[in-house]
Amino acid sequence: MSMAYSPTAPGPDESAHARPPRGLGRWLLTTNHKDIGTLYLLFSLLMFFVGGSFALLIRAELFQPGLQLVNPHFFNQLTTLHALVMIFGAVMPAFVGLANWQIPLMIGAPDMALPRMNNWSFWILPFAFALLLSTLFLPGGGPAGGWTLYPPLALQTGEAFPFVILAIHMMGVSSIMGAINVIATILNLRAPGMTLMKMPLFVWTWLITAFLLIAVMPVLAGAVTMLLADKYFGASFFNAAGGGDPVMFQHIFWFFGHPEVYIMILPAFGIISQIIPTFARKPLFGYASMVYATASIAFLSFIVWAHHMFTVGMPLAGELFFMYSTMLIAVPTGVKVFNWVATMWRGSMTFETPMLFAIAFVILFTIGGFSGLMLAIAPADFQYHDTYFVVAHFHYVLVPGAVFSIMAGVYYWLPKWTGHRINERLGRLHFWLSVVGVNVLFFPQHFLGLAGMPRRIPDYALQFTEFNMISTLGAFLFGFSQLLFLYNVIQTIRSGEQATDQVWEGAQGLEWTLPSPTPYHTFATAPVVR
Amino acid sequence: MTGSRITRAGIALGSALAAGSARADFTVNMTPGVTAVSREVYDLHMLIFWICVAIGAVVFGVMLWSMVHHRKSRGAVAAQFHESTLVEVLWTVVPMLILVAMAVPATRTLIRMADARDADVTIKVTGYQWRWHYDYLNEGVGFFSTSATPQEQIRNAVAKDANYLLEVDRRLVVPVGKKIRILTTAADVIHSWWVPALGWKRDAIPGFINESWTLIEQPGVYRGQCAELCGRDHGFMPIVVEAVPEIEFQQWLARMKAQENKNSPTTGSG
Repeated sequence: MSMAYSPTAPGPDESAHARPPRGLGRWLLTTNHKDIGTLYLLFSLLMFFVGGSFALLIRAELFQPGLQLVNPHFFNQLTTLHALVMIFGAVMPAFVGLANWQIPLMIGAPDMALPRMNNWSFWILPFAFALLLSTLFLPGGGPAGGWTLYPPLALQTGEAFPFVILAIHMMGVSSIMGAINVIATILNLRAPGMTLMKMPLFVWTWLITAFLLIAVMPVLAGAVTMLLADKYFGASFFNAAGGGDPVMFQHIFWFFGHPEVYIMILPAFGIISQIIPTFARKPLFGYASMVYATASIAFLSFIVWAHHMFTVGMPLAGELFFMYSTMLIAVPTGVKVFNWVATMWRGSMTFETPMLFAIAFVILFTIGGFSGLMLAIAPADFQYHDTYFVVAHFHYVLVPGAVFSIMAGVYYWLPKWTGHRINERLGRLHFWLSVVGVNVLFFPQHFLGLAGMPRRIPDYALQFTEFNMISTLGAFLFGFSQLLFLYNVIQTIRSGEQATDQVWEGAQGLEWTLPSPTPYHTFATAPVVR
Repeated sequence: MTGSRITRAGIALGSALAAGSARADFTVNMTPGVTAVSREVYDLHMLIFWICVAIGAVVFGVMLWSMVHHRKSRGAVAAQFHESTLVEVLWTVVPMLILVAMAVPATRTLIRMADARDADVTIKVTGYQWRWHYDYLNEGVGFFSTSATPQEQIRNAVAKDANYLLEVDRRLVVPVGKKIRILTTAADVIHSWWVPALGWKRDAIPGFINESWTLIEQPGVYRGQCAELCGRDHGFMPIVVEAVPEIEFQQWLARMKAQENKNSPTTGSG
């Protein structure tokens, strides 16, 4: 799909009168999509390091058999908080930050459609996470029942419980408002000529993601409210002795949880679909099929949830249905991967940092997809379930998947935002350390799971020692390599070679017609897309 | 000890895919197990694995070829094609067919695993925080099975046994060659009963009873662990199954019954 623009140089009115206010007030009161995007991204980066430090503590404890650093109860708090912080604090806000920055720039809109709500949806997050992390200092510590909050175990949480529930509610409110904003912006503020089927893939994937968010965040809210009722108000939603059903929680949770998985990967697909054509200097292969594949994945995500719970003892018909529907997801996902490869095919490729991360994404996400396909096979899942094989699987799709796509996106668009080219040498070093680290970290976990190591255990039998050691070494390599990313981002914000408007030779799209750095207000006059 | 382990970790990385290893219990793959079902599960696992390897080889091969030959520094000029209905249809339909080929044997195995009828022995497994209780239904025999790994080993005060964290005080004794029905439930929170050599795990859920079955072919000791997070000592509730010939099993059962009668004359099970 090729797009033709009538390049509209930003008029003098667009950049002249508009200066950001100074001081803290700018960030507290801002309704500017670029400022809010920056806030989201910085918050996400902070949470990435918080969640990462939990992960490093976990990996340090698992370096050797025996208990060395933490006790089992604290270990369970670490796994629980690591997941909650990484999912709701790092990955989701990073995508919302990229959406805030990029969607208006890519569709030729002056800002997000609902700027005040935009401010509010960000500023809820720091309070939500302050509440969540404060539980570590409560008597009895933080939540230790796993991020999935399965009752009855989750109901054994101490004083942390209502704090966690309220924090989850706040994150949900923030996500829903962010999603409403994305939908309102995309459906109402597109520049003349920017028809739906001309929208950049990143905008498309976010539009679909936003619908998923609106559909499932209330389901999570309902589930955790029922937990609250069970614990404090004598309800028995999930208590068999009171006529309830603990498995019902899992059904409700995963009805949220599976679409949630795609909420964390569809925007990644969008980013990769922007980057690969740029550096292959060739239009994206199969634009329309990419859109349809994204929509199919979103639809399927609502009818596969029980593959997370093959071992709870469903009737045979249920297990067959969820096995077949889960296997089906491989088809649209495969289409996406094939389209990316076809885009690279007979291109004229260069391998700048964003492209390196994008290529690693395609390969490593596909490996995560393969293990996902294996997990879909219910009889084999009876062996894989709740082992390190699953841990390896979802970390492959989330770390070299979602996280790599976020880093690729930041490296790709940062020169546009700041007006400075990134330090390419440092970027490549960061890439190579990350890609080696992440594989040393997660690949051996496949072996651990197949050999029989359950997940969420603080100590393990002796035959698992070697691969745990390797995994821990990889974790520290990967974790500390991220400091290079932090350094590179700060350096690019502060200084660096002046970036051109197009930044990358093959870059196509409205955002690249704007000056670098982008003025505080852009597209006050809508461009015309031909 | 740590030093040699690190060395071995390095060797393990190198020989990860090699068949042999210095340790008998060191493995990189799923166990084929000791039942017909567990071997079917293993075969399914390997089938899907090799299908994934084949697809991966093709996809990554094309990518790699493209990355080597279609780079700007080699003077490659970008083609401008961007769609082809034929290939789009092909790479939608072909994966569908591959999926059907996987689904057929998977369905067969799943149906077989679901059929717990006509069992010779029925054992109720109840998960507790943090130990297992086994009841031989209709036999009046029941007992708790608790981790036997001493705290000193966990706290690194003394050397660890070969079966560190995988040893219990009382094993689940079962006969070989008999169909054993296993009912799982729990007393407090959800647990999951898993012995890899049997080829499956099943959640133990308070208030509900799940039904599974196994038929072990060879005598032996098979170890496993709780597989569902169940609180502080989730990592410390092992499972040890001892499969013995039918005659030995009957003798063991008789001994247990005599013991039960001596200990608690009024109730049948503990």
